[in-house]
Amino acid sequence: MATTIDDDQQGGINRRDFIYIGTAAFAAIGGAAAMWPLIDQWNPDASTLSLASIEVDLAPIQPGQAITVLWRGKPIFIRNRMPEEVEKAKAVDVKELKDPDAEVIGTANLPATDANRTKPGKEKWLVMIGICTHLGCIPKGQSAGDEKGPYGGWFCPCHGSAYDTSGRIRMGPAPRNMEIPPYRFVEDTKIKIG
Amino acid sequence: MSNESIASVTHEPGSFEHTYQPKTAFTRWLDARLPVIRFAAHFMAMPTPRNIKYVWAFGAILAYFLVVQLYSGIILAMHYAPNSAIAFDSIEKLMRDTSYGWLMRYTHVVGASLFFFAVYIHMFRGMYYGSYKSPREVLWMIGVAIFLCMMATAFMGYSLVWGQMSFWAVTVITNLFSSFDSIYPGLGTAIVQWIWGGFSVDNPTLNRLFSLHYMVPFVLVALVALHVWALHVVGSNNPTGIEVRDVKKETLPFHPYFTTKDMFAIAAIAILFAYIVFWMPNYLGDVVNYEPANPLKTPPHIVPEWYFLPFYAILRAIPSKLGGVIAMFGAIVVLFFIPWLDTSRVRSCRYRPIFKWLFWVFVFDALALGYIGSQPAEGSWVFWGQVFTVYYFVHFLVLMPLVGLIETPSPMPESIEDDVKRKAKSTQPQAVPAE
Repeated sequence: MATTIDDDQQGGINRRDFIYIGTAAFAAIGGAAAMWPLIDQWNPDASTLSLASIEVDLAPIQPGQAITVLWRGKPIFIRNRMPEEVEKAKAVDVKELKDPDAEVIGTANLPATDANRTKPGKEKWLVMIGICTHLGCIPKGQSAGDEKGPYGGWFCPCHGSAYDTSGRIRMGPAPRNMEIPPYRFVEDTKIKIG
Repeated sequence: MSNESIASVTHEPGSFEHTYQPKTAFTRWLDARLPVIRFAAHFMAMPTPRNIKYVWAFGAILAYFLVVQLYSGIILAMHYAPNSAIAFDSIEKLMRDTSYGWLMRYTHVVGASLFFFAVYIHMFRGMYYGSYKSPREVLWMIGVAIFLCMMATAFMGYSLVWGQMSFWAVTVITNLFSSFDSIYPGLGTAIVQWIWGGFSVDNPTLNRLFSLHYMVPFVLVALVALHVWALHVVGSNNPTGIEVRDVKKETLPFHPYFTTKDMFAIAAIAILFAYIVFWMPNYLGDVVNYEPANPLKTPPHIVPEWYFLPFYAILRAIPSKLGGVIAMFGAIVVLFFIPWLDTSRVRSCRYRPIFKWLFWVFVFDALALGYIGSQPAEGSWVFWGQVFTVYYFVHFLVLMPLVGLIETPSPMPESIEDDVKRKAKSTQPQAVPAE
């Protein structure tokens, strides 16, 4: 016999302890790995992820007018801003803002200037996700008769958050500016979102 | 109130145990193989303090509503289509075309409201008479877990209607988890998209809410079984808050004495139930939910059903998103700890001259929060919401531990028997010596 019981029990640790710990660790890791598909099946599925892009024709939108389109089940606000609205948005000092980040999806630490929230040469077009960053309500301000709030942009009726003409949070409980989705101009008056 | 006296409730000679004798050949045969009748007989003979009031009937009333909700819910699921395109229409079809469909649905809807009404009274009763104190801590905590399950189930059930209020309630409440973005960027968003199964509340969300709305009630049933089991171990509390000392003199078997009493209480509440179902079925609901869900239009004023209003007021009272979420869940979590937060050794508020009043102030606070929750979050409502939210937590975290230390309890009877006898003397005409 190469080993005896005495050899096994040296230091109070024997082979059986190792087998117990090994078995328990293997079962725990295996159990956790088996759980993962049960959790992951809740994530957005392939068909949802593939519905990622839409094209929108901007030609019919008159200055001062706004439309709402649906992208990934979220409302996208597209506003053809009046020159004075653009000026007002540009005049704001970024340091004054509650959220100094431009909140353009796919970027980080971009200052929340109006230029960063629009496309160069297309400053009159503001394209953003029309969801209040507080608890997900749709702010008012798209229709002509809507209350636009004290900053002339959008106003969320749920808990009183007010956004400026660049969709940046200026007042109320919402923590962040409304997000800018990824989009590009495919033609002069046509954009592709997503 | 020592542990000995608890044990004596179930094991003292003269308790109502071991009274079952199988009488027929079949029951003797069955008793030797599966003593289910013996178990039921023993179970129903639980010694119950004879001085409990009608407010103790709410446990049985809750059991009644649980059964009503299970039956009506299983029937509704036979007509409901959990698909965002046809969910709302399937309910309208049930209401208009299905024989008695309206009755099934209104029963389920009003039943949910009365279920909460009953649970709130049941909980307030537990608070007033100190039913959460040793040895009933586990009984109470299982009760709080049942309450949480009820809230989850009711919220998910309401969302299935897929009306405007359903849709936006789901949007607002699931968005609460996005507050985790302030702990670790992107974490909240990932959780919310996982809950939604997409980038917004949509068909995948509705499907899983339906599945869980059907599943959670069975967890609730299991918790109720544990609750009743725990009740059988420690026995019912009673208005004096004094433990039973003499099972023979101070208790009666649950069946038939309290089954009869509870049946009467259930009949009374069933009259109220029927009145609401038949005459004012939509009184407790919000008309906006008769508008189909529209992801492009938020209703001007989002309010939950009445039974969630106090917690909704607490959520909105805190100016930070994460803070509001923590306060709202904290308002329920704190209930788990009241067996230890209450430092008084006296259970019943009947003998607690200070805490008795604080109990009623707390009831007022809860009702005030409910009213504030129904109002728009603007102007002075925000301020009052904060005042009553602070008081809610002060009640549990400051007053409950403190008052127990400084309060002098009023004189208490020696025992339940003593209390019953004293009452009987004071209410019966005094014997007059014959002339």
